[in-house]
Amino acid sequence: MNLEKVIFGFFIVLAATLNFGFFIGDIDNPTHHHIYELFAAIVVNLIATVLKFGDRTQIGAVHLSTSLVADLQLVAAACVWAIAVHVTGEGMSADVTTSVVSLSGGALLANFVSLVLLIAETVMLRR
Amino acid sequence: MNTSIFFLALRRMRVPLIVLIVLYAVSTLGLTLVPGIDAQGRPAPPMSFFHAFYFVSYTASTIGFGEIPVPFSDAQRMWVTVCIFLSVIGWSYSIISLLALVQDKGFQQVLQSGQFARRVRHLGEPFYIVCGCGETGMLIARALDRSGIRVVALERNDQRIQEVELEDFAADILVLCADAAQPQNLILAGLKHRSCRGVLAITDDDSANLAVAIASRLVNPRLMVVARVASPSVERNMMSFGTHYVVNHFEKFADYLAQAIHSPSWFRLVDLLTGLPGQKVPERHDPPVGDWVVCGYGLFGQAVVRNLERQGVSLTVIAPEQNLPATVRHIVGHGMEAEPLRLAGIETAVGIVAGGDNDTNNLSIAMTAKEINPALFVVVRQNRVANEVLFDAYDADFTMVPSRIVARECMALITSPLLTRFLRHVRAWPDTRAASVARQLEELCVHRVPLVWSVRLNAADAPAAHKLLMMEQVTIRMEILRRDPAARQDFLPLLPLLLVRDGRDQELPEDETVLKPGDELLFAGTRAAKTAQNLALDNRNALEYVLTGHDAQGLLWRWFNPTKRAGDPGRG
Repeated sequence: MNLEKVIFGFFIVLAATLNFGFFIGDIDNPTHHHIYELFAAIVVNLIATVLKFGDRTQIGAVHLSTSLVADLQLVAAACVWAIAVHVTGEGMSADVTTSVVSLSGGALLANFVSLVLLIAETVMLRR
Repeated sequence: MNTSIFFLALRRMRVPLIVLIVLYAVSTLGLTLVPGIDAQGRPAPPMSFFHAFYFVSYTASTIGFGEIPVPFSDAQRMWVTVCIFLSVIGWSYSIISLLALVQDKGFQQVLQSGQFARRVRHLGEPFYIVCGCGETGMLIARALDRSGIRVVALERNDQRIQEVELEDFAADILVLCADAAQPQNLILAGLKHRSCRGVLAITDDDSANLAVAIASRLVNPRLMVVARVASPSVERNMMSFGTHYVVNHFEKFADYLAQAIHSPSWFRLVDLLTGLPGQKVPERHDPPVGDWVVCGYGLFGQAVVRNLERQGVSLTVIAPEQNLPATVRHIVGHGMEAEPLRLAGIETAVGIVAGGDNDTNNLSIAMTAKEINPALFVVVRQNRVANEVLFDAYDADFTMVPSRIVARECMALITSPLLTRFLRHVRAWPDTRAASVARQLEELCVHRVPLVWSVRLNAADAPAAHKLLMMEQVTIRMEILRRDPAARQDFLPLLPLLLVRDGRDQELPEDETVLKPGDELLFAGTRAAKTAQNLALDNRNALEYVLTGHDAQGLLWRWFNPTKRAGDPGRG
């Protein structure tokens, strides 16, 4: 067992699960989507991205790109939230909630690809 | 290459980046949990994520706008104190890691080799790869630089690189600290580059030179490969896979010495033609014919014995080894002592070769021998250029410096490949003919070493002459190339040495020889003569003037006045 691999796998799975936790629920109901969960998802996704830095293999490159996509989507979701709550003063209306959650849904897909890659890598490893 | 630096940097910065992300996250999260106060001092809900992140961003980067949007509660101030220290630690750690990365030897190596490869890639002019920047490498690099040829150098020793960088070159020489025996380093140095003309494997390590020669032959067979060797077996090995020129300095010097005994004027001519152009003509020392004593039977001693015996010189070897071939007259002992020297017949000998691999011993041999027989012709081998002072002070008749020999050979091969061909012909000449040519050269160049250059009558090297020969069928005689384009009645201080046409050689072509397109010519003369000759070959007007004595007429004039042709074919 390799500690580095454990940490790597841990963060990737955690990023996906937190993302999923935020995403699940009625898409336009703000009470189903807690903002702290979005915050946690962003932080863990960023850490997962940094962990994927510097791997020059093909699979490493795809890993990194999926993570970057997830980061982008989640940060976009956070921006939408910040604008709605603090700039326009609209608050978490059904419209805003829908767009925040759907953006995080896109990130979830990217995280899911990342998970598949992790599993594929593990399966390919014949040791 | 650049992406690999980028990835390397990212990889090294993983931990500091994660630390920063975690610290920012903890600080932001804390601020969203700690209750605040409003403008009237009443308890208020905590900051939202947006304000918390904004506050952490400007505090952690030490911009510090103050407590925005409203003054903080004491609980918030407590937490912010913690945040400030956390962020200072996080940023210091990241910056220290980044600095350590920049200072890291491996990282710098990657950075430098990336920069080196980029500069080599962008080289537009012809260049040579010099492997090994030792004494020999520096001599060659300097000489190439003076002839306006770019040099890319590989050197293993860091200290030597610094010396190279301190040297004053006309054009920057690109140098990388890397082992030339590794093929990837050679490729980095431009082995596959289309402007690369050749590879000079001149490190002091035979096996490294062998590796360079093989790699160059395999990767880019069109390149000229020149390799330096000391051992005859490695030399045979190199020749077997088609290294173009193998320079064995021991063999070369022994050959020169033997030839100089046999035919002093031949050697004089070689000395003149392969010397550094523009310097004072070297003093003449003619080794005498008679009995010789050779001290030392290493690679050099063996080469000397072999070559001298071929010329029929009778000699005696002094060496501490017991088992020498039976054909060699041999005294067991050291040349530094008088007794073995006397036994070897130093009193009646005409010359001695001090050819050990220790400079001090060689000088000691030379001095002891000279004391016994003051009329002796002394040849000493100088192993290290650093001992130059001692050898200058001793002033032997003939000093053998390996690095100089290799450098001269390489330069001759690069700047005028025809010269090697010419010198091979000269070997067969009678001594008197060589003597007269040598005397002529000395007079032409006023006792300076002449410059040797070759000219090819093609569209690239001699456009004006080529056009006249091809298009207008004008007869150009050898003599034309000797005339001064400023005053045609005068001859330039140069001497045509060789004419190569369709693979056939003509030594010392006569003035009447009619030139044809595609001819290759070898000249020796002053630098000014070369420049003047170039002018005539390149410039139509100058060439017409040399041919006819009239200034060429312009295009318009020729068009208006078609009956009077400017060039008068056939007249020289």
